[in-house]
Amino acid sequence: MKMHLELYASLMHLLPPGTSRHKREIKVAEGTSVQDIIDEYNIPLEMAHIVLVNGKFVCEDRTQHILEEQDVLSIWPPVAGG
Amino acid sequence: MSWTRKILRVNLTEGTCTPEPLNMEWAKQYLGQRGLATKYLVEETDPNVDALSPENLFIMATGPLTGTMASTGGRYSVITKSPLTGAIACSNSGGFIGNEFKNAGLDMIIFEGKSPSPVYLYIENDKAELKPADDLWGKSAWEADEMIHAKHQDPNIKIAVVGRPAEEGCLYSAVINDLHRAAGRSGVGTVMASKNLKAVAVRGTLGVGGVDQPQEFFEAVNAGKKVLADNAVTGEGLPAYGTQVLMNVINGVGGLPARNMRDVGFEGAENISAEAMNEPRASDGKPNLTTNGACFGCTIACGRISTVDKTHFSVKDKPQYHGASGGLEYEAAWSLGADTGVDDLDALTYVNFICNEDGLDPISFGCTVAAAMELYEEGQISNDETGGIDLRFGSAEALVACVEAVVSGTDFGKTLGMGSKLLCEKYGKPELSMTVKGQEFPAYDPRGIQGIGLAYATSNRGACHLRGYTIASEILGIPVKTEQADSDGKPELVKAFQDATAVVDSAGLCVFTTFAWGMEDIAPQIDAACEGDWSIDKCLEAGERIWNMERQYNNAAGFTADDDTLPKRLLKEAIKSGPTEGQVSKLGEMLPVYYEVRGWTPQGVPTAETLSRLGLS
Repeated sequence: MKMHLELYASLMHLLPPGTSRHKREIKVAEGTSVQDIIDEYNIPLEMAHIVLVNGKFVCEDRTQHILEEQDVLSIWPPVAGG
Repeated sequence: MSWTRKILRVNLTEGTCTPEPLNMEWAKQYLGQRGLATKYLVEETDPNVDALSPENLFIMATGPLTGTMASTGGRYSVITKSPLTGAIACSNSGGFIGNEFKNAGLDMIIFEGKSPSPVYLYIENDKAELKPADDLWGKSAWEADEMIHAKHQDPNIKIAVVGRPAEEGCLYSAVINDLHRAAGRSGVGTVMASKNLKAVAVRGTLGVGGVDQPQEFFEAVNAGKKVLADNAVTGEGLPAYGTQVLMNVINGVGGLPARNMRDVGFEGAENISAEAMNEPRASDGKPNLTTNGACFGCTIACGRISTVDKTHFSVKDKPQYHGASGGLEYEAAWSLGADTGVDDLDALTYVNFICNEDGLDPISFGCTVAAAMELYEEGQISNDETGGIDLRFGSAEALVACVEAVVSGTDFGKTLGMGSKLLCEKYGKPELSMTVKGQEFPAYDPRGIQGIGLAYATSNRGACHLRGYTIASEILGIPVKTEQADSDGKPELVKAFQDATAVVDSAGLCVFTTFAWGMEDIAPQIDAACEGDWSIDKCLEAGERIWNMERQYNNAAGFTADDDTLPKRLLKEAIKSGPTEGQVSKLGEMLPVYYEVRGWTPQGVPTAETLSRLGLS
């Protein structure tokens, strides 16, 4: 199935080649979890700090959050501002 | 001690500069800077005074850690009554001037009265004198800064100065120091100019000593610096990306207001983000961001130094803006960008330069332009009134024209200088003003993020994120993650952030340290530096005391619980799309609980028991 992966700030270099600044359409198998994507794209665990699926925080166990068709997974390292 | 124990009292009416001892009884209750200067303001002025009258005080104050080796220990604040809100004003700035005040042997400068003609205050260690500033009047902050440096032939003088809009009464004028840093909020620059005080120039070489327990201080400060360096946010994220890294985060979680907060979510957010600032541009291959920068003593260095594309319409005929200068921070990028619907990074950077050059609060300026854009699109403001500016949301040309109108003092520029509240009232649409107590909002939507709405509504200086930055918890997970849509627990969270921030703002430290530091890191630094008991509990008690003192000042100035509110748009108009679709602010649920948690009556008045517990009357 197709979904979208968005990486920001110091994680951007881990995106596969593409034209969009942050977003890539990727193909994944049914049953893929958030943690599977984090592993596949070599995102260090401590750097996957803000993790959203369709703009909602993934607060539960990331291995248990199964992605669906057209989901948008967005990941940031630890950041802050104000 | 770490306090110098010395105040300079400047009577502008009489033209006198008189040193006096710091009230140490008060220092032990209110610490310094925000807390201690507010105590002086409370004791020496009527809260109902006209903010722009000679009877208002204008105070520049450092904290006990300002000028010490504590990380970020370079802060100073301006404390006065705000002409924008009528409430207490306390605007905090970094840069280098706070350290210079301290090195000149001063904890605080209190300005009284009004000079009969323009003056600037020149301080060189123990020497202080008012000097004529007729030639500086009518100049931008940057021009005046350069002229003062030239007069004294000393590049090491540090200068705080107001620009032309402050002289003209623009209600959101800032005090600019070190060219790119600002005591920005609540119109403190307008008060300074109302006293015919153009600038304060200071050179201090006396050193900062008198630390109560030097060895303990050395250890506590070094431990604090290690925490900042080891933390991913303060050690890596902020230096690399600055506060602007939040643009995509807040947009991603459904918390980014746009177009005068009519919408939530901005389609152009990524074009004005920290990541975009790092990208090479087509014309010269250079990115917007030149480098990062640090204020005095700071080991974080979140500041942005940027350039505008020389071929961009805003600067192509203005070579004076082709060099690197203070770049976009998140709040400015939001107000100048998302809130006006403009996603032109170069235009925002140029407008930010002008805000620095002439002393404007970019948050209030951007939000006022956003309100004017909505009024224009609704037909309330005509093309004739704008002087021909086609004031539509999304127009970079209109945004640039507006800032140039404000600094050059055109009729429409003066209208924009009224701020969002008076502007919307002038055109019969007060409901379009996105303000609390007359001050414009920062960059987080209270419908999408509940706690920050309560923090805005109860902030003692009007809408402000820095009085209780619950975003740290609700979005960034610092120190623990709370659910942004929940209202439960938010009153307690808001109070905790408000009290802790009052401590940091009174110590001489930067609030950004709290992304890594808890009170267990901060209190030992204060305790070792200052005489007296500054344990965690005592620090937090001082923070609560300061908060309640500010509240009492506002209550005495005529504010009531009715002013602890948000615009109807944020209470009634649900978010139309995105991850927070359907949400409104649940302020009505949170506010009564907040009053209870604070120990206040249902009318928002501190109870006698609360006042007694905190040593207030």
